[in-house]
Amino acid sequence: MIVHSFHGGIHPPDNKHFTNRIPFKYLSIPQKSFIPLQQHIGKPATPVVEAGQFVEEGQLIGQANGLISANVHATVPGKVVEIAEYHTPYSEHGLCVVIESDGSFNTSGRVRQKNDFLTLDKEALIGKVQSAGIVGLGGAAFPTSVKLNPPANRTIDTLIINGSECEPYLTVDDMLMRTHPEEIIEGTQIAMKILGINKAYIGIEKNKPLAIKALQTAAANVKTHEITIIPLNMRYPQGAEKQLIYAITGREVPSGGLPMDVHVVVQNVGTIYAIREAVLFDKPLIERYITVTGKIVRKPGNYKVRFGMRVSDILEECGGLAENPSKIIMGGPMCGLALNHMDIPVVKGTSGILFLAKDETKVTPFRSCIRCGRCVSVCPMNLMPCDLGNAAEKQRYDIAEKLHPFDCIMCGSCSYICPSKRPLSHFIKVVQTALSAKR
Amino acid sequence: MEIKDADKKRLLENLVLSNAPHIRDTQSVPLMMWLVVLSLMPATIFSCYLYGLYVALVIAVSISSAIVSEIIMQYLLKQPITVNDGSAVITGLLLAMNLPPHVPLWIPAVGSAFAIIIVKQLFGGLGYNIFNPALAGRAFLLASWPVEMTTLWHRFPNGYVIAQNPIFNAAMPQQLIDSISGATPLGALKEGPKLLQELSLQAQPLYDFLFSKAMIKSLFIGNIGGCIGETSALFLLLGALFLLWKKIITWHIPLSYIATVAAFMGIYYYFKGVPNLPYAILFHVLSGGLILGAFFMATDMVTTPVTKTGMIIFGIGCGVLASIIRLWGGYPEGVSYSILVMNGITPLIDKLTRPKVFGT
Repeated sequence: MIVHSFHGGIHPPDNKHFTNRIPFKYLSIPQKSFIPLQQHIGKPATPVVEAGQFVEEGQLIGQANGLISANVHATVPGKVVEIAEYHTPYSEHGLCVVIESDGSFNTSGRVRQKNDFLTLDKEALIGKVQSAGIVGLGGAAFPTSVKLNPPANRTIDTLIINGSECEPYLTVDDMLMRTHPEEIIEGTQIAMKILGINKAYIGIEKNKPLAIKALQTAAANVKTHEITIIPLNMRYPQGAEKQLIYAITGREVPSGGLPMDVHVVVQNVGTIYAIREAVLFDKPLIERYITVTGKIVRKPGNYKVRFGMRVSDILEECGGLAENPSKIIMGGPMCGLALNHMDIPVVKGTSGILFLAKDETKVTPFRSCIRCGRCVSVCPMNLMPCDLGNAAEKQRYDIAEKLHPFDCIMCGSCSYICPSKRPLSHFIKVVQTALSAKR
Repeated sequence: MEIKDADKKRLLENLVLSNAPHIRDTQSVPLMMWLVVLSLMPATIFSCYLYGLYVALVIAVSISSAIVSEIIMQYLLKQPITVNDGSAVITGLLLAMNLPPHVPLWIPAVGSAFAIIIVKQLFGGLGYNIFNPALAGRAFLLASWPVEMTTLWHRFPNGYVIAQNPIFNAAMPQQLIDSISGATPLGALKEGPKLLQELSLQAQPLYDFLFSKAMIKSLFIGNIGGCIGETSALFLLLGALFLLWKKIITWHIPLSYIATVAAFMGIYYYFKGVPNLPYAILFHVLSGGLILGAFFMATDMVTTPVTKTGMIIFGIGCGVLASIIRLWGGYPEGVSYSILVMNGITPLIDKLTRPKVFGT
């Protein structure tokens, strides 16, 4: 049952006009790349190179450590100058392999040999995804090979491709769907073969009509699989996994459960594109598209960036800023991470870099809750953010515990809508942390 | 290289760090409060025009008392002074709107002070009060000074309180006309039938007079007697539409409240055999403070439920209570008490209407 929507949600101004007509561009390779060994959920990869060693483009530099981990590859050819701790999006002291660019690019720009994925079996396909170090590019960065290989006691009948891109400002997924629809459909077929299923949906918000049309055209040529494009109502957080599954299948992922509990696997369009590259061309995940945007950015756009390139280098390539930023955000404005300096590298889960001016991100002291109930009506999980916030403020975690704090998906809709400007999702995070520590 | 680092440093000078989300809605508490004040202006101005400029004085005293009380209390309680958020102004204004036009000026002064000091600040200030401050202030005044609160209505040039141009039915005895000329429409409905019974006369002419097209028209436009703010349904509805459009209030409470009163009265008068049933229903919807209460006081966010289901239950509860008080209670009007009682059980409603968490 397709319901096209979900309960609650908000309509922030989408501000996609800054970049949604600007075609992809490559950024030049920085002098130094700082490649974190942790760019995913799970254990950091183990370094397999040493300082002083020369590496080739795409060479393995970090070996996945355990099941929930991912390989890390050299994104540029050159000399490993050091393996040291630097500030990364995941940690203030994240181990990075620092590579000084040198030597030739062996893979980029070459005519590539195409593997025939139909002749490969499931294990071989998953092996290729795993060794390419692919993780969810939507932001969560969960190792994709694990997601595509659910335990035997879970049957999967539906694959959902997430092309909703509900975060304001970001336009990479939109641009990718418009420019590479055939590749995405082919990637979808590969993922379906891995999962052994015959039904897939691609959910796209209605504010991307060109992407919807491009994918519909591409999907129409597919005879072997059933791939349906689902235009979704525009509402944040439509791209949140549980809300997307509900909108497309009408199934509710149980509290504390995973999509596979309702027989669904969700993959972001960018991830699907990367899966195809890995399977057909044995290409490791060393680059991705990101949106660099904000009204103060001189040359905003959608850029192809190698992991390890630092925000400062990216900004230089984008012509700098028209005025001092008030906030630098890695990701979108709803879920992204505020940075305190620009020497932080882009990683696999980075979907964009957003520079906000002073008037775009007013920080006002918050007031007490006036019980207006707006947070209750926008919460996509049907929680009571106001009560959770009040309990957190009084450190009454015993009260908060009964209000399902762990069902919060941290979408930030409650904080966005609160007229008292209360940091409600932050309060809920505080509750989660306090309760986790107690357990 | 040094220059570049200096540049970088300068670039990061005003950087703000905070948790996501990094963008916020433009709506804020002070903005909402001041828009509510604005929405009450048409009815307020009409009232000053209808009842005279003394009304403006009553309103000014009420608002000033509320502001001063708030400042003093927050100073004494060592709280930040938040009087510019507009909430005290709303309390003062709404209290004044619930007073007869010709009350002595100490009445609004005492009422607003009680509302702010006892009902709002001593319970913790904005967001923590259990009862609507303006309504609790009115209830306090009504209990303490019933004469001042129920007799000082405005008399129109024709000498009547009930309406500017009443079309008195010729069949009505002079004794009745004299006694209801000093009453509000709801007061006449409450006292009239008793009086007629004592005179062993038919109540029908009174009902014909009250439940008439002319009376409904007067009630809608507002050239009738009553409290300062409840007179004109038309101007109140203009303000209410503005608040609905600005998404400051939702339809849930006002609609369920008014619909319940309409349904309750409809059933009651149907079995009573009143001939002009639609007029009887409209009479109850438009008279007294129902429109004012339903759109401006039962929608006070602090003292009403947070869930949509809860809001509807709240509205229905208010409707039933107001109807019961009007028909069988000691007061002609039941809006304030119905809301106050429902304020009291709001925490319970919230607890019982907690939405089902997604995936449970």
